[in-house]
Amino acid sequence: MWDTVFPYLLSGISVGGQYALIAIGYTMVYGILRLINFAHGDVFMVAGIIMVYIAASGLPLWLCIPLVLLITVGVGFLIERVAYKPLRTAPRMSVMISAIGVSYTLQNLVLYITGGLNKQYPTIPWISDTMVIGPAKTKVVTVVTPFLVILLVVALVLLINRTKIGMAMRAVSKDFETSQLMGIKINNVISTTFIIGSFLAGVGSILFFTNYPTVIQTSGAMPGLKAFVAAVFGGIGSIPGAVIGAFIIGIMENIIKGLDVILFKAGLTSAPLGLATFSDAFSFALLIIILLVKPTGLFGEKVTDKV
Amino acid sequence: MNLKRSKKPMIITLALVAAVYIAVFIAEQQLPATSMLFTVLKKGAVYALVAVSMNLLNGFTGIFSLGQAGFMLVGAYVYGIFTIPVVQRAAVYQYFDGGVIQFTVPIIVAVIMAGLAAAFFAFLIGLPVLRLKSDYLAIATLGFAEIIRAIFQWNGLGPVTNGSNMLRAFPNFNDFNIKDTQGNVTVYLSTLIPFIMAGVCILLIVLLINSSYGRALKAIRDDEVAAEAMGINLAHHKRLAFCVSSFFAGVGGAMLAMYQTTVQAKSFTSAMTYEILLIVVIGGIGSVTGSVFSSFLFVACSEWWLRFLDEQQTIGDFQVPLLRNGFRLVVFSIIIMIVVLFFRRGIMGDKELPDLLSRRAGKKGRAVK
Repeated sequence: MWDTVFPYLLSGISVGGQYALIAIGYTMVYGILRLINFAHGDVFMVAGIIMVYIAASGLPLWLCIPLVLLITVGVGFLIERVAYKPLRTAPRMSVMISAIGVSYTLQNLVLYITGGLNKQYPTIPWISDTMVIGPAKTKVVTVVTPFLVILLVVALVLLINRTKIGMAMRAVSKDFETSQLMGIKINNVISTTFIIGSFLAGVGSILFFTNYPTVIQTSGAMPGLKAFVAAVFGGIGSIPGAVIGAFIIGIMENIIKGLDVILFKAGLTSAPLGLATFSDAFSFALLIIILLVKPTGLFGEKVTDKV
Repeated sequence: MNLKRSKKPMIITLALVAAVYIAVFIAEQQLPATSMLFTVLKKGAVYALVAVSMNLLNGFTGIFSLGQAGFMLVGAYVYGIFTIPVVQRAAVYQYFDGGVIQFTVPIIVAVIMAGLAAAFFAFLIGLPVLRLKSDYLAIATLGFAEIIRAIFQWNGLGPVTNGSNMLRAFPNFNDFNIKDTQGNVTVYLSTLIPFIMAGVCILLIVLLINSSYGRALKAIRDDEVAAEAMGINLAHHKRLAFCVSSFFAGVGGAMLAMYQTTVQAKSFTSAMTYEILLIVVIGGIGSVTGSVFSSFLFVACSEWWLRFLDEQQTIGDFQVPLLRNGFRLVVFSIIIMIVVLFFRRGIMGDKELPDLLSRRAGKKGRAVK
C-alpha cells in the first residue's frame, strides 16, 4: 500500500512546492491591489519559454538561470507598469479584465514566437538526475523543491517583517490611501511586489519544467489557476497560507491522479475508473467548498463590506 | 425613461435589423456558399448570442461570471447527444457500443433542451456560488466550468457523452438548406437560420432587460445594498439572471456545435470564456448592440480580415517583416489591450443603437451622468 502511494505523495509534495512559488505571487498582489492577476500563470510560462530560448543560444547554464530570472522579473515589472498602473483608480472589474487581456496577449505572443509548437525544456544538470528514495525513483528536483520553497519563504517573511520595504508593503495592504498620505511611494511598493512575485514564479518555472519538460503557450494556465486556488485556500493575502494551501493541493491532485492504481493495487476496484480526469477538477471543487465554508481561507483575515 | 423616448429611433432600428436579414438572405442565394462571408456571419451570430448572454450577467447585473464556456459545453453536448441520427450512433460511440441513448429529438427541441440543461446546471451552481462577491465569484464560476469539463470527459459517462472522444454527425447549419429530390440546394438557409435563432434569443434578452426585472438587475449592478433596501430580492434576481444567461449560453453552445459540426469537451476551455469576455468589453459592457457589433467584428477580423497577417507578404521587392503564422493574434491582442486600457467604454459604452439614432436620448444620457 505504502509503496504504491509513496511515489504519488512525493511528486505531490514537489508539485505543491512549485505551486507554492506561484501562489505567493498571487497572494501578494491580491493583498496589495485586491486584484486577481490572471496573467501570473502566464508569467510563469513565459519564464519557461525564455529559458528554452536562452539555453538554445548556447550560453553556459550557470549564466542562463540568473538571466532567465532577471528577464522574468522585467516582464512582471513591465506588465504592472503598462497594464495595471494606468487603471489604478478604475473599478476593480476593469483591472481584472486588463489582467485577462495581458494573459491573452502573452499567450498569443508566445504562440507567435514558438509557432505553437511544444518546446523541449533544457536539461539542467544535477536537479534533473534521477535518484531513488525508498520505493520511488524520481528526479533530484522533487526532493530539492520543498527545501528551496521553505528557504525562499523564510527569506520572504523576513523581508516583509524586518525591512523597510516590507513594512511599506504591509502598510499598503492594510490601507492603500492612508499609506500614500504617510509618504509611502505606492508605485514602488507595487512594483516591488510584482518583482518578487515574478522572481518566485521564475524559480517555480525552472523547478516545474524540469519535471514536465515541455513548454507551450497554454502550459501556464492550469498551474496558474491551481496556484490561485491554493492562495484562496490558504487565505488570500497570507503567505504561509498560500504555501500550505499549495502543498495540500499538489499532494491531493497527485493522489487523485494515481487513485486508479492505488485502489486497484489495494484490491478495492477491479477495473480502472478513470478518476485521473478529475485531478484538475478536484482543485476547483476544493476552492468552492472552502469559499462556502470559510470564505477567508485558512489564514485569511476577515474583511467587511462598507456601505 | 423608455416611455418618454420617441418611437422613431426604435422603428429605424427595427427597419435596419430587417434590412440586415433580407440582405443576408439575398446574399446567400447569390454568392457561392464557400464565401468567407458566410463563415463570418454564422460564427458571428453564434458569438453574438453568447456575448449578449454574458453581457446580461457581467454588464447588466454586475455579476462577474467566467463560467460561460462551461454552460456552452453543456448546451453543445446536450444538442449533440440528442440529435445524432440513430444509424450513426454505432460509428460515433464506437468505444461505447453505440451509447445508451437510442433516439433523437427534433432540432428545435434539442436546442431548447440544450438551453434548459445549461440553465439547470446554472441553477445548481448558483446555489453556492451566487453568495460570493466579485472576484471570488469569478474564480468560482471559472472553477465550475473546469469541473463540468472534467465530468463530460470522464470515461464513466462515456455511454452518454462519448468520454473524451468527439461527438459528430449531428445536424449542422448546412442541413437547414432546402434541397430538391436530387440533393441540389434550391434555397440556401444555412446562414439565415442561425441569424434567426440568435436574433430571437437576443430579442428575448432585450425584452428581459427592458422589463421591470431588467431594471431590478441594473439596480443590483449599480448598488447592491441600495437595491436591497428598495425591496429587490437580491438572491432571487441574481439567480434569475444567472439561469437566463446560462440558458442562452447553452443555446449558443448548441449553435456552436452546429457551426463546428463536431463537439469535444477539451475545446471549451477558460480561454474561450476570456475571448467572449473580451468581445463584451470591446463592444461596451452593458450594451447589447455593442456586443453584437463587436462579435461580428471580432470574428471577421480573426477569421477573415486580418488573415493576411499570418502569411508572408511582399510589396514590390520588399519582404514585409514579422508576418508569419500567429502574428494576427499578436496584433489582435494589442488592439484588445489598447481598448481595455484607453477606451474602457468600448465601441458603444452603455448605449444602444436606438440611443445613437436619437440625438435627444444622447443628451439625456449625458444629463443623467
